[in-house]
Amino acid sequence: MTTILSLAVDALAYSMVLFIISIGMSLSLGLMRVINLAHGAFAMIGGYIAAYITADLGGPYWLAVIAGVLGAVIISLPMERVFYRRLYGATEMSQILMTIGITFVIIGVVNFIFGPTLKIIPLPDLFTETADLGFRTISIGRLFVVLCGALVALALWVLIERTQFGIKLRATVDNATMSSALGVRTGRIYAIAFALATGLAAFGGIIGAELLPLEPHYALTYLVTILVIVSVGGSGSIGGVILACLILGGVETAARYYLPSFGAFFFYVVVIGIVMLLPNGLLGRKA
Amino acid sequence: MQKASSTTFARTRTDLYGIAAILAVATIIHLFFPTSLSFIASVIAIMFLVISLDLVTGVTGVATLGQSALFGAGAYAAGIAAVNGIHDPFVLLVIGLIAGGVAGVVTGAIILRTHGLPQLVLSIALVQLAAETVNRATRITGGSDGLTGMTIAPVFGRFQFDLWGVTAFWLSVALLVVVVFFARRLTRSPFGMLCRAIRQDKVRVESMGIGTYTSALKMYVIAGCIAGLGGALMAITTQVVGLDSLSFTLSAEALVMLILGGSGTIFGAVIGTFFFMWMEHQISAANPYHWLAIVGVILIVVVMVAPRGLYGTALHLIRSWREKRAAAQELDQ
Repeated sequence: MTTILSLAVDALAYSMVLFIISIGMSLSLGLMRVINLAHGAFAMIGGYIAAYITADLGGPYWLAVIAGVLGAVIISLPMERVFYRRLYGATEMSQILMTIGITFVIIGVVNFIFGPTLKIIPLPDLFTETADLGFRTISIGRLFVVLCGALVALALWVLIERTQFGIKLRATVDNATMSSALGVRTGRIYAIAFALATGLAAFGGIIGAELLPLEPHYALTYLVTILVIVSVGGSGSIGGVILACLILGGVETAARYYLPSFGAFFFYVVVIGIVMLLPNGLLGRKA
Repeated sequence: MQKASSTTFARTRTDLYGIAAILAVATIIHLFFPTSLSFIASVIAIMFLVISLDLVTGVTGVATLGQSALFGAGAYAAGIAAVNGIHDPFVLLVIGLIAGGVAGVVTGAIILRTHGLPQLVLSIALVQLAAETVNRATRITGGSDGLTGMTIAPVFGRFQFDLWGVTAFWLSVALLVVVVFFARRLTRSPFGMLCRAIRQDKVRVESMGIGTYTSALKMYVIAGCIAGLGGALMAITTQVVGLDSLSFTLSAEALVMLILGGSGTIFGAVIGTFFFMWMEHQISAANPYHWLAIVGVILIVVVMVAPRGLYGTALHLIRSWREKRAAAQELDQ
């Protein structure tokens, strides 16, 4: 029983990290119709900046989180202007190629600057302790990650469904020409949405560094997982992505524990099954 | 009618020019770069993978990042056969070809059901699943250590596979000529035209009463045979099969090579592979991360500036120059 519970907490924390990283890609696919394969690369940038601040400069964790997120956003904004803007409405193939190209460049540059080794973001002391729940104990670090995931989901939902910005964003998605005729600055909306997606990726990359280690090929290693989650969840659906993360994170964690040699195997079998049965994802609208 | 037969003739002439060019380049490499023969043989094996990707993606418009599953199927089938008592190179090549075709039927039947992102994800999931299976079946495949210990009999019972790779090189060149000729004829056959139409407007083709799923699957299986043949060639010439022949990375690289050369054209696939592998050979030895960044820059530049690729852009320039000249001549008369 204790094993199952602690597995469940691990699976939940892992799912939430996947969620925070993937949701940005799902939004840019659902809202801006761009398959951004470089999404994981922005998580990598955030993680590497945070690792540099904590491990090399000895800075505090909270500062590393803020700097990592801001750093990734600042780096990505000129890219949105130069590269991504011409991808809105372009063919899938050119989106895939361009964003894979950007991923390769980012991996090359990051490894050139920080060196091709595994990076670690040391956690503050509080996160390495455990909280006593009476019947069992839970790592506070894991709890923090789960909490962050829940907060991100809630904040995004409020932002998209309940604010002025959300209304303009959805209007731009439905009909960009009409929205701009009505005075919505669509270019700016796209840029803000892109920055939001990038910032979330970086945030997930930093707080999830313990679960998804920051290695030289990070952007490609986890690209497959992120893509799978976005596709299984259904593009642009927050609930769908959460569901996909819970299912796939659960399957992977459980399979790794009970059948260590076949963990990845089951993960992909489940993925193929879901995508074949529901090509639009669990909660995706019909394309 | 006159026009049609003259373009057919022009295309057959282009086939012959292309084949002559391949043979000429091969002879030059043999004479002046005798130490690179084994390397070029492995480049040619990858060319088969890129040609097969071209038939699927460039011609038929299927989004895939899992093409190396077909290449790997051929490589492992030929490799396992060679370890277990089948030594004739041509029999091994046929085994690879069939294995690639079978893998094409299985994976094609799955990924052609959808399109766009789900299709991409299915293709990746399939190649990862295949790699994971091979990785676990250590007893048969050698797992992550790779499959070794193959014995390959001499070609025609006379030409041994030597250390310098002369036999491997010329066997590869001969196969390349056959495959290029076949693939070029295939892409301009009525069936090839149908596949191009599926890429351009699937709904319209369907409303003409043609099953796009079956046609695309047929093309996918043919491409699988070519990729499998390439895999088998790789196994025979290098006598080792590793997990990297069945990876997402190789699939993505194949796509880069295709785009670099020019998607939709067979010569483009050949030229793109040659340039990519040659540059990788030169640069990646110094620093693999520099190489990755350069590939990224190449991709971005190609998408932004020359979406037709090297061969496609050259072809386009020549054609527009010819048209201009023809127009000028007409004006003169």
